[in-house]
Amino acid sequence: MTDATHDTTARGKPGPMLAADGTPLKRSLARALRMQKIRALLLIAPLLLFVLVTFIAPIADMLFRSVENDIVANTLPDTVEELASWDGASGETPSEAVYQALYFDLFIAAEAKEHTKLGTRLNYEQTGISSLFRSTGRNLDDLGKDYQKTLKKIDKSWDDGAFWYALMSGEGGEEVLESHRLQYMQLIGQSPRSIISRFWCVIRGIFYKACPTALEDIDLNFTPSAEAAQMLPATVAAYSDFAVFTVLADGDVVAEEDPWEAVYAAFAQDLNAPGTVEKIQSYSGPGQAELLAVTENLADLPAPDFKTTFLDIDKDWGKIENWQTIKIYSPKYTSGYFLNSVDLMKTPEGIDARPENQRIYLKLFKRTLFMSLVITGSCILLGYPVAWILANLPARKANLLMILVLLPFWTSLLVRTSAWKIMLQQQGVINDTLVWLGLVADGNRLVMINNQFGTIVAMTHILLPFMILPMYSVMQTIPPTYLRAAKSLGATNWTAFWRVYFPQTVPGIGAGSILVFILSIGYYITPEIVGGTTGTFISNRIAYHISSSLNWGLAAALGTILLGVVLLLYWAYDRIVGIDNVKLG
Amino acid sequence: MADTLTSGAFVEFERVQKSYDGETLVVKDLNLSLPKGEFLTMLGPSGSGKTTCLMMLAGFETATHGDIRLDGVSINNIPPHKRGIGMVFQNYALFPHMTVAENLSFPLEVRKMGKAEREQKVQRALDMVQMGAFGGRRPSQLSGGQQQRIALARALVFEAELVLMDEPLGALDKQLREHMQFEIKRIADNLGITVVYVTHDQTEALTMSDRVAVFNDGRIQQLAPPDELYEAPQNSFVAQFIGENNTLEGVVKEIKGGTCIVQLDGGEVIDAKPVNVTQPGERTRVSIRPERVEYNKNRLQEGAHTLKAEVLEFIYMGDIFRTRLRVAGNDEFIIKTRNAPDVERLKPGQQIEIGWLPEDCRALDAN
Repeated sequence: MTDATHDTTARGKPGPMLAADGTPLKRSLARALRMQKIRALLLIAPLLLFVLVTFIAPIADMLFRSVENDIVANTLPDTVEELASWDGASGETPSEAVYQALYFDLFIAAEAKEHTKLGTRLNYEQTGISSLFRSTGRNLDDLGKDYQKTLKKIDKSWDDGAFWYALMSGEGGEEVLESHRLQYMQLIGQSPRSIISRFWCVIRGIFYKACPTALEDIDLNFTPSAEAAQMLPATVAAYSDFAVFTVLADGDVVAEEDPWEAVYAAFAQDLNAPGTVEKIQSYSGPGQAELLAVTENLADLPAPDFKTTFLDIDKDWGKIENWQTIKIYSPKYTSGYFLNSVDLMKTPEGIDARPENQRIYLKLFKRTLFMSLVITGSCILLGYPVAWILANLPARKANLLMILVLLPFWTSLLVRTSAWKIMLQQQGVINDTLVWLGLVADGNRLVMINNQFGTIVAMTHILLPFMILPMYSVMQTIPPTYLRAAKSLGATNWTAFWRVYFPQTVPGIGAGSILVFILSIGYYITPEIVGGTTGTFISNRIAYHISSSLNWGLAAALGTILLGVVLLLYWAYDRIVGIDNVKLG
Repeated sequence: MADTLTSGAFVEFERVQKSYDGETLVVKDLNLSLPKGEFLTMLGPSGSGKTTCLMMLAGFETATHGDIRLDGVSINNIPPHKRGIGMVFQNYALFPHMTVAENLSFPLEVRKMGKAEREQKVQRALDMVQMGAFGGRRPSQLSGGQQQRIALARALVFEAELVLMDEPLGALDKQLREHMQFEIKRIADNLGITVVYVTHDQTEALTMSDRVAVFNDGRIQQLAPPDELYEAPQNSFVAQFIGENNTLEGVVKEIKGGTCIVQLDGGEVIDAKPVNVTQPGERTRVSIRPERVEYNKNRLQEGAHTLKAEVLEFIYMGDIFRTRLRVAGNDEFIIKTRNAPDVERLKPGQQIEIGWLPEDCRALDAN
């Protein structure tokens, strides 16, 4: 009986090792292990999915927010395009074309109530922009209304939605319409359905109920006429916006609705554009007569001055800073949040330091690191002797002591922190005792809370078990014979401890320190309650931006930096101490 | 002081007692003295107090009562690190975070020795245990036997005159253990150090020691050189504990001129040597070594008493035959015979007669 493996080796031919049935050994090994791997994967699949869906994905999304900035380009697409050619450092306000683009962008945004979101976003960078956008959104109608009145006087048809529909619709203008539909979808933060979500909708349709029709699939019952678009481009563009909005947002029929004021403004602008009158004179489609009537009354319909309109609504539109802010934050991705997190800012000239009185984050980062170090240090100092006693007491007493160590673990964090408040406050237990003992004058009670001291004391207490437990588990594994051996070799108690015992406990100290440091660097509740103003951490600021100022981008940037710092320290720790030397039990 | 000078002992235990809980004595009235250069083994079952004695000598336990003297000086109140006693621990206790050389260097460093001298001594100690090339290794990179050698070297490197060893070979496999026994003995003899060695392995005790102290129940049962211990156990505990042993129980009939007649419980009568029986009528336990039992009648002395025996089992062990017999109602009676061409191989069920020289059969206490 010779098997395949033997044959190859016997002939001395180098080649892949073969299994008994002639397949390469590696492949049959992989096949044998595959079932095991699949089974292992299936076992961890629930947790993996859970973590992915509820933890990793939201965190990734949150971190992405720190650079994401498509709201400006989505809300003011044409304005951003026009602003590209404006030099922010020139000291002059943008050209009329920019104001014109802004008018139409802002009009539909105001209709969709998206302009306030943009205002809030830009307000993070430039105070006052929020109210600027808000008030402007309310007053955009006025310009078009005037033209509407004038046109109505010339011919009643101009006030009729059906007439406008007849004038605007026709054939060949699909492209214009679709580009406006896409802009609208971006404005409200929707993207066309992907293949995956279409597939999902099919499945959902079979088992549950069909998805609502995708926005890009809804029939608008309107096609701009190519001829009209050629003759009145701005009007058709404005009317397309109106049509898209009427159907997609309001669910109405385009032909039955009166057009927006913006359409009238665009019409007036088109009429005053060079060559339009000639085009109208050679036009022969629907509304020919009404159009000709308008050309005869052109004097009543002067070209709209968008810049003046905006300045009339709010003179802040003439402020360079506002325009600079819009331009700086017009790209889809920005480093602005990160720069903000380290007390820098973007200016037209480049990156610059923030004014002295606005710098808080670097200080907070430094304070967070410093206090975390102090907390870690005091945990080591307080925890080491306790861990040593725990490890060296007989089991029964050690268990009792262990309960005392773990007791804080089983108490609510909030309760423990509040207890410290009672202990440390000026009318609190400690101060009362000191006054009673006569060590402190009644009028001169110690301030031990709502400052760094309070935070350090409370957090040291709260994080102490995280230091003691790893140290204890390491010390437990060190047999007492080492100390005896050291003494028998002539070492004094101190030398035996310092040269023999202590080095062996370093992995425990390391593990505890990493735990305590990383926990404390991101701690939130305790500094919030006992920290006051001088004892708060960066995490408190992050929480503020998440829940109060709603500047999630900045919060995400601060969080990303914090994560980066922790990873960096972890890496440094690994290089210096070695993560293999860390023992958690 | 004067007392010590007269006795001339290097290590001396005088009326030492030890109790952990204040109710029972772990060590009861220990008196022991050993001269310089002696290799003394404390042998006994676990819980017999031998390790406690060693720990008291090392200074990790304090004697509840009595005096321990080293080179004439009472060391009861001297802390362990000032006693200058080398010690080899059961699990070696090599410091895991130091290299072998650092481990050896440690006792020299705490003695504030210069670097050059330290290195020289460390190297010499490593060479002595044939581990010269291993100075840079960590203990975890060494095998059990190698760690054992390093532990030995560390106990010797600071030139202690007294070295204590607490079951140092317990964790090694049989072959290595036997090798290390000779190694330790050789080094101890070469250096002329005094060694107190604790073990529960009687073979180890017999092969290495100058004298063996057999411990049981907190007392030294017998303190004697190995051959005497084996051949002339003073009581039945020592006889049982050291080597293989057959016992038969009975009553002393007659004591006369260095021999006695014992009537076994089954009624048979045998010759024996009285050791700690004093008068007829006393109950006794008779002890015979398996290799001293003879079943070839030609080799027995004239007039010797013989016993009838039935062969139960015959085991071929290579160099010897081991035969289990039923003798006087005892099913566990073992005899060992050298594997020689003229020796008859017994078969189970065979009826034979066995006998022995009276001096090989020791009548001991009945406990």
